[in-house]
Amino acid sequence: MAFEGLSERLQSALAKLKGKGKVSEADVKAAMREVRLALLEADVNYKVVKDFVSKVRERAVGQEVLKSLTPGQQVIKVVNEELTQLMGGAQSKLELTSKPSVIMMVGLQGAGKTTTTGKLGRYLKKQNRRPLLVAGDVYRPAAIRQLEVLGEQVELPVFSMGDQESPVTIAEKGVAEAKDQDYDTVLIDTAGRLHIDETMMEELKAIKEKVEPDETLLVVDAMTGQDAVNVAESFNRELGLTGVILTKLDGDTRGGAALSVRSVTDCPVKFSGMGEKVDALEPFHPERMASRILGMGDVLTLIEKAQASVDQEKAKDLERRMRKQQFTFDDFLEQMDQVRNMGPLDEVLGMMPGMGQMKGMKNLQVDEKQLTRVEAIIRSMTREEKQQPDIINASRRKRIAAGSGTTVQDVNRLIKQFMDMKKMMKQFTSMSKGKKKKGFGKFKFPFMP
Amino acid sequence: MSFFKRLKESVSRTTSSVTEKFKNGLSKTSASLAGAMSSVFSRNKIDEELYEELEDILISADVGVDTTMEIVDRLRVEVKERKLKDPEELKPLLSEILVDMLKGEGDEAGMNQNPDGLTVILFVGVNGVGKTTTIGKLAHHYKEEGKKVMLAAGDTFRAGAIEQLEIWGDRVGVDVIRHQEGSDPAAVIYDGIQAARSRGADILLCDTAGRLQNKVNLMEELKKVHRVIGREVADAPHESLLVLDATTGQNALQQAKIFKEATNITGIVLTKMDGTAKGGIALAIRRELNVPVKWIGLGEKMDDLQPFNAEQFVHALFAKEVEKETGGA
Repeated sequence: MAFEGLSERLQSALAKLKGKGKVSEADVKAAMREVRLALLEADVNYKVVKDFVSKVRERAVGQEVLKSLTPGQQVIKVVNEELTQLMGGAQSKLELTSKPSVIMMVGLQGAGKTTTTGKLGRYLKKQNRRPLLVAGDVYRPAAIRQLEVLGEQVELPVFSMGDQESPVTIAEKGVAEAKDQDYDTVLIDTAGRLHIDETMMEELKAIKEKVEPDETLLVVDAMTGQDAVNVAESFNRELGLTGVILTKLDGDTRGGAALSVRSVTDCPVKFSGMGEKVDALEPFHPERMASRILGMGDVLTLIEKAQASVDQEKAKDLERRMRKQQFTFDDFLEQMDQVRNMGPLDEVLGMMPGMGQMKGMKNLQVDEKQLTRVEAIIRSMTREEKQQPDIINASRRKRIAAGSGTTVQDVNRLIKQFMDMKKMMKQFTSMSKGKKKKGFGKFKFPFMP
Repeated sequence: MSFFKRLKESVSRTTSSVTEKFKNGLSKTSASLAGAMSSVFSRNKIDEELYEELEDILISADVGVDTTMEIVDRLRVEVKERKLKDPEELKPLLSEILVDMLKGEGDEAGMNQNPDGLTVILFVGVNGVGKTTTIGKLAHHYKEEGKKVMLAAGDTFRAGAIEQLEIWGDRVGVDVIRHQEGSDPAAVIYDGIQAARSRGADILLCDTAGRLQNKVNLMEELKKVHRVIGREVADAPHESLLVLDATTGQNALQQAKIFKEATNITGIVLTKMDGTAKGGIALAIRRELNVPVKWIGLGEKMDDLQPFNAEQFVHALFAKEVEKETGGA
């Protein structure tokens, strides 16, 4: 998970502050040294780090902290606030006003422009826009083909003129095509280039002059090191960026580049790439990212994900059935599907607060295969068995095991877990009536070892 | 003899065209380093402030906190032992330490080849580092050497990756073994090996899809590819190269660690060094994992991928200083 390393470092640095009643200047100084090292190891540019640390120290050593009742919390709050500030305060959206609105994607080679163009197209389509993708990378072999395949995957048209035309012409014609065909958004993919390649930067300027984009987005690899500031500075100086997209944030990079880029360009990070699939693009939330750095978990993202993927009607129905104790294997299966729709399970669990700190949870690998096995077992049951699990006797268990390619022990385990779960639900429903019960600790998801 | 003189002598043993390539390719890197360095070395005494400034420079080159501390500590020790007073004297000392660290304990970073039969080279790395391009350029390099080269299109995941490798195959004039997009990469590589054998190829270059090292399933897939190669050809892959974007920060260390566990990487290809990136993470990788840099990407042209040479590299970084001290280029 992104930033995990940084959050660990910061927490261990700040844990020393947490226990004490009052914080001395020396404490803050020691903590700030840790903060500085942590940020440097996270690839935040060293100049940005210097500014940040001195700002935090100034605020922390002052009255604010020393006079407060819980100094540790205060310091964390200050670091959090400054971090959020540094990343650009509130979330910032695309500004698409022209007709058609033009978005131009620029960046170094291998940052992920073409993939992100496809993802962003899909994202905008979901927002009821009609995007046209324009294949402007005529240099990298098969880049046009790549965009065309992505276009097919996200069901969006791709405008291309082969690799013999100039990218300026392609961009211009692409926008004209959009006007003709009534597309309201044009996403122009461009070839990756070094920020110091004058000829290639001139080409981008020429495209920009011709198509007058609403958004000029710099695509930056989240793993970028100290050089991120030079890259971002050059692109911004030459082109006047309006925003940044941070890619490959699903890796284990600490992602300090996000802080660096933001602070040198003053451009907001608008999206982050979170995976290889075409739907793995999310709006960037600076304040959540800061919380994540400090290990508070990204609860908000989790809630949003859950809302998007759980069908509200079905959820209500399920709740009613649970209350009436009519929970069956069919419901169980459906519930599993919904959890899965939220994304890879380890990702979902990673977003829960505190998971990072729990022993054994750090390297938790949720066994997706186990889920598939559970699914196979349930699907090998007859309709009656799913509705009334009580009737599953020994010979039925044997048949189910054979049908699902598992063992009778596997089937037994699942049925027992299911029964436990049902019991749990009974407790939950009585709990909601006001009684408090223990025993939550015994609760286990079927995919946990 | 001063270190810069020795450096120049050792460098002048290689052809001047290679030296030029290093100098030109690294000119941007060197220019921005030189500016910062000259401010350090023009201070009037060797003191704490000087060391701190040097630390900042190394960190800004992505060398990383731990490795930076080690370099500076070594510098301190040498300064004390040699009783140096003049900051100017630190320059050759620093470059000496850098060459020493880059060379590591191993030999100079040559490529391991199968003397009688097929040499298989596997390329791995995260997304967007330049694996496919590197393979195209290396194919060109070996073909120029008179070798019969073949390529296996093992990136069956990214849209257009197979076509990209085929275009390189056409350009260079070598055969490409491919399957459909989405097929099992291990099967493609297997077929590649069989085809390379039956067509009597000397070298098979195996492409793989870019993958982030924390994706367990994808790393398992890569292990399978590695296993299949080892099963089909004894002692293969003869080289397992991690392609690394020079602009990458500290995460590169994690990449090297995990890819080493999965495919026992034997070397690094450091790409995109023609920008302003310093690629300092290579020092940290050498120090912590003892994996050497074997190739370096100095530009976009086919012959801009060069065998890495620690002396050439440091010589180019300190180009101006070397010239100043030894008089002319």
